[in-house]
Amino acid sequence: MPKRTDLKKIMLIGSGPIVIGQACEFDYSGTQALKALKEEGYEVVLVNSNPATIMTDPVLADRTYIEPIEPETVAKIIAKERPDALLPTLGGQTGLNTALAVAEMGVLDEYGVELIGATREAIMKAESRELFREAMANIGLKVPKSGIVHNLDDVRRVAQEISFPIIVRPAYTLGGTGGGVAYNMEDLEEIASRGLAASMKTEVMLEQSVLGWKEFELEVMRDRNNNCVIICSIENIDPMGVHTGDSITVAPAQTLTDVEYQRMRDASIAIMGEIGVETGGSNVQFAVNPEDGEMVVIEMNPRVSRSSALASKATGFPIAKIAAKLAVGYTLDEIPNDITRETQASFEPTIDYVVTKIPRFTFEKFPGTQDSLTTAMKSVGEAMSIGRTFKESLQKGMRSLEIGLPGLGKDFARPEQSVEDLLAASRTPRSTRLLTVRRALAAGATVEQLYEVTRIDPWFLRQIAEIVAMEEELKGFSLEHSIGVNPDTAAMLRRAKEFGFSDVQLASLWKKSAADVRGLRKELSIVPTYYLVDTCAAEFEAYTPYFYSTYETGRELTRSEKKKVVILGGGPNRIGQGIEFDYCCCHASFALRDMGVESIMVNSNPETVSTDYDTSDRLYFEPLTFEDVLNIIEMERPDGVIVQFGGQTPLNLAVPLLRAGVPIIGTSPDSIDRAEDRERFQALLNKLDLRQPANGTAMSFETARAEAESIGYPVVVRPSYVLGGRAMEIVYDSEALERYFREAVGASPEHPVLIDKFLENAIEVDVDALCDGTDTYVAGIMEHIEEAGIHSGDSACVLPPHTLPEAVVEEIRRQTCALATELNVIGLMNIQFAVKDGVVFILEVNPRASRTAPFVSKATGVPLVRLATRVMLGEKLKDLDPWSQRRRGYYAVKESVFPFNRFPGTDVLLGPEMRSTGEVMGVDPSFALAFMKSQLAAGVNLPHEGTVFISVNERDKKAVLPAARIFQEVGFRIVATGGTAAFLAEHGVNAEKVLKVHEGRPNVVDLIKNREIHLMVNTPSGKKTVHDSAILRQTALLYGLPYTTTAAGAWAIALSIRERGGNGLKVQSLQEYYGR
Amino acid sequence: MRALLALEDGFTLTGTSFTGPGESNGEVIFNTGMTGYQEVLTDPSYAGQMVCMTYPHIGNYGINAEDMESRRVFVEGFIVKECCKTPSNWRATMSLPDYLTQNGIMGIEGVDTRALTRHLRLHGAKRGIISTEDVTPEELAQRAKAAPLMEGSNLADAVTLPEPYVWTGAATAPARIVDGAYDWPGPGPRVVVFDFGVKWNILRLLTEQGFDLLVVPSSYTAAQVAALRPDAIFLSNGPGDPAALTATIAELKLLTDAYPVAGICLGHQLLGHALGGRTFKLKFGHHGCNHPVKDLTDGHIEISSQNHGFCVDIDSLSDVQLTHVNLNDRTLEGFAHKTRPIIAIQYHPEASPGPHDSRNFFNRFRTMVREATGR
Repeated sequence: MPKRTDLKKIMLIGSGPIVIGQACEFDYSGTQALKALKEEGYEVVLVNSNPATIMTDPVLADRTYIEPIEPETVAKIIAKERPDALLPTLGGQTGLNTALAVAEMGVLDEYGVELIGATREAIMKAESRELFREAMANIGLKVPKSGIVHNLDDVRRVAQEISFPIIVRPAYTLGGTGGGVAYNMEDLEEIASRGLAASMKTEVMLEQSVLGWKEFELEVMRDRNNNCVIICSIENIDPMGVHTGDSITVAPAQTLTDVEYQRMRDASIAIMGEIGVETGGSNVQFAVNPEDGEMVVIEMNPRVSRSSALASKATGFPIAKIAAKLAVGYTLDEIPNDITRETQASFEPTIDYVVTKIPRFTFEKFPGTQDSLTTAMKSVGEAMSIGRTFKESLQKGMRSLEIGLPGLGKDFARPEQSVEDLLAASRTPRSTRLLTVRRALAAGATVEQLYEVTRIDPWFLRQIAEIVAMEEELKGFSLEHSIGVNPDTAAMLRRAKEFGFSDVQLASLWKKSAADVRGLRKELSIVPTYYLVDTCAAEFEAYTPYFYSTYETGRELTRSEKKKVVILGGGPNRIGQGIEFDYCCCHASFALRDMGVESIMVNSNPETVSTDYDTSDRLYFEPLTFEDVLNIIEMERPDGVIVQFGGQTPLNLAVPLLRAGVPIIGTSPDSIDRAEDRERFQALLNKLDLRQPANGTAMSFETARAEAESIGYPVVVRPSYVLGGRAMEIVYDSEALERYFREAVGASPEHPVLIDKFLENAIEVDVDALCDGTDTYVAGIMEHIEEAGIHSGDSACVLPPHTLPEAVVEEIRRQTCALATELNVIGLMNIQFAVKDGVVFILEVNPRASRTAPFVSKATGVPLVRLATRVMLGEKLKDLDPWSQRRRGYYAVKESVFPFNRFPGTDVLLGPEMRSTGEVMGVDPSFALAFMKSQLAAGVNLPHEGTVFISVNERDKKAVLPAARIFQEVGFRIVATGGTAAFLAEHGVNAEKVLKVHEGRPNVVDLIKNREIHLMVNTPSGKKTVHDSAILRQTALLYGLPYTTTAAGAWAIALSIRERGGNGLKVQSLQEYYGR
Repeated sequence: MRALLALEDGFTLTGTSFTGPGESNGEVIFNTGMTGYQEVLTDPSYAGQMVCMTYPHIGNYGINAEDMESRRVFVEGFIVKECCKTPSNWRATMSLPDYLTQNGIMGIEGVDTRALTRHLRLHGAKRGIISTEDVTPEELAQRAKAAPLMEGSNLADAVTLPEPYVWTGAATAPARIVDGAYDWPGPGPRVVVFDFGVKWNILRLLTEQGFDLLVVPSSYTAAQVAALRPDAIFLSNGPGDPAALTATIAELKLLTDAYPVAGICLGHQLLGHALGGRTFKLKFGHHGCNHPVKDLTDGHIEISSQNHGFCVDIDSLSDVQLTHVNLNDRTLEGFAHKTRPIIAIQYHPEASPGPHDSRNFFNRFRTMVREATGR
């Protein structure tokens, strides 16, 4: 059946900001879908609030709405665009829920919009725990015993029927939000009430736990003729009880017989039919009892999911692209398989390697939260690795994580803990459990003992035991007498590489340098070969250039003689380094393609567009370590290597690669060092006569106190050796300084602490610029909405600046150009300024692409990264002329999105340490409305009316006054704590006094819980009293109360509430803003 | 123990024997199934062949008592990347190395199976040899040529059981044939199954359809079959070159005139010959669990289990309707006679290993028998 011709215009909903459980995999799926629909000649309308995505590039969709993804806004876009169909299955849970909501509002019926891919009934059947359970019963499949509850009374009743531990699974939520494992009634009531609050339909399922059962997933595709194919099977190393997003998973399944696998396959196909997923991809999860093979269905997602992205990258089968084509009417046998060209999409990929996915966690940023893994997802990113064997794949995966591990195991020191302690530590699932398992095995624990405590399948445990045994063998191998003479050396080294050991690991085992190991290896011609990911285990010739390294004998890769450039990607997502850098890498690749230069991508993150096989001319799915990257470069011999687009990961490789003779293009690593090295940076500023805040370095608390006093409090303190604002704090007095030294860091001559003057109430400004060595294009000047002191990645900002005087903007522009020229920047640079009392200070200079590059590109209509890439290859700005492409006449506000609801117990205060996972953009001709849109997009629905609660510290009282006046003016009732209320009253703002938590009851927390407060303004004072107000902010978070923790934020909120008045927000596409 | 694999064209790879010393030869083919090695090992269709599994980890779930497809291992040798010595599965009763060793079959691991697979794809299936003897690769490649060529090989007669038997539901048992006649015990339609190397799952699924089965050796003549008074004939899968079974083809010409007949795999090829068609050897055959087959009668696509090195030439048949085609290479996968009750498919509706998408073939056979015989 060919594609449908009754549809002309199709709308796609993206997944919005990056949050835990919903990351760039939906940019990957949405981008594939967009391209597929455009290829078929459809007009495509996209809504996605996330400016850092590739999919929101204005060249991809016909109409790109960077607007909040929430039902009312989407309804407005539908009313305006009148699409024929809405494709809801490619934008994650957000896309699906929003589509369902607009369907329920009657908007789709009103405008005659058809839901394609999955009907409303199918979505409900899959998402509603109750309907799903019934559906499974209809087709004779077992599900764990469970009860559906809608309130706490139900919870208590159902708990009588199911034995503990009980799994709490909220319906219609993402990544297990609000779920968990309850071991007793108290746990249960707490988790269930959180779950009820998180569920869009106040529906939670209490489920009999199958903790410790084996967990599997199957990725299924179905077309309208009921043809079904299984793309991939995935086995979780972590058994049931850990969210699959937090589990280490392996593709394909390793421990199922064909009989068991086919039973799962049959069940998956039956589920597709029963749920009624018309077309597209779905994911089904199963649990299997390891004792007797009993199989139960856990859940299914009637949409493309994180696992689909993994399955696509693991097999080479482009699930999202095919899903889009199936949605418009094609059948699987009508869609060609790009990889083999001669076969169709109607087949099941078979693979001849092992894929391992390992999640990356960030517990260190959320103190107060325990590192323990449950059914609610907590990881912020993931790395995928490919090896010919599980051992090779696992070790590559561990080093792909970029957490300082060169493989499974680092220094191989004898574990100090006893076997008993290590076994006990292995029992609780944690982010580091596999390392504990390795240590336990090294200490002498048996596979049986570990199976007993972890329930990790013995097959996996034995594989790890084999790696540990290999370590021992390598340790015992005497290298000294053998270099170059012992024929066993080559065999030993080759075996070690086949087991996935990195040069760094071998160096550590043999007490050599990694360079020595590399030298020896090359002398013995032990170098990796690159094998193809071809969907068919070499049965057919493959054309897609998608490779992984392995130590095997064949040669499949031939180097082309074209001019070529390698782009190093950003690796697994983490806080501070995510989709923005993938956007940059992809754009570099697109630019190279436009220029006829062969683009070669190296990355290890399966969620990304950059690891799509058709983004670049060649893709290497490899860890971003010196060894793995240099191996590729030695094989490809590129004309240039780009390190400035992938964030800190490739930047850290720049100098070692340069020393190895690799041609790094763009800004020289020496310039990068000049900007990063504190002393050289100061010299640079002095030379240019530019200012930075007063600063100093301290090796001890005593010197720090002296420095701080000479600089003057408040000061910002941070260790010199960490990045991304880790352990960075603002201290207001020597007492706080002392506490910082006592609790946060210990300073020493090797690890000095840096002290900077903190510019209170300064306005922070981010600037992105593009320079070709001669000319500088100041691409975007972003004024932060929150005052200085909040990590730039966490603060909201607006482009163009909305309060800075033109003279200041001009001065910022001048300084930017001076720095760019002096540093001889070739490509992008980012500068952070602070403006205090009209004086411009420089906080930081980064001669590389910044997190804001995609935001600035979208906000100004200038494709910065593409231009930067051209500049890096020698083109000149005066020819590229970015100035004429610049669009104006509207404000773009970037707001950050935080994962606090995933980390119960952590304070939500913003500070110098970055903690946001994602961002959204609001665009409007009015600043206030652009800000309001950004809030709405970030999930904060600001009230029109009601009660605002204000409680600010002494320093902020004056600053919060303008906001309070506006709240009064627009008719809000104002309640405030004693001091604030008195201050406001003194200045003519009526505020009712409300009790603080420790002042008795009813207090402000009671008011929040009774939903009598609709907006909260709460700024904390110094670290000491922060904890007093933390409970307030946590309550606000739990009850979904809009809040701000800064006075500047309060002002922006007040402005936007006033400007919106009773009117709604207007929607407009980027193309319209650009005047296209 | 170090082992060497050599193909007749001189291609060699080294590995390690996980079944002790020995030497074995056969036609080297690759199988792309990621699960189901136990079924592959015991499938008589692999007689005369050494199988290279493309999935690198083989043996993970061991060997169990239930998933047998025949009475013993039929492959001549087993070539894998990594063999698991200690299996993990609740049904496992034995490890793969122990099972192969008990059956006297050589297994080698540590082989770059992808390099081997690519070689076979590019150059076609080859005769090969694996040996733990201390010989040069050149010498071993010479020895590989001593293995019989698959073309012209009559292997079905070698793997068939010499006497008729019945299927008890879990095993086979000798059938009592008295003066050439058989006293059918059950009420179901009576089907004589030709055993060219039949997989047990075919017998299981035919039984499930309510048929009474009598399995006869490949040498049975049309007259012998007639004496059994069956309602229908079923031709099993099996190894080797169908064209070499000239006697069987001659008998089938008689049988197809008289009975409803269905065939699978080798049975399909023999029916092709019996109806006047030809077969040819595929370059490297179809061996795996992921081949898409389109049912031309309703457009539905089945993901199929495949295992054949020969194929019926689509253009050589007349009087038949093509019912199934392979979507990968457009080769013939099934046909039905235009006027007579004869159906056949090239692939494996009984799966084991592989997807269950094609099980309706057994329903079709049941319906055809009912329509043709009223039983």
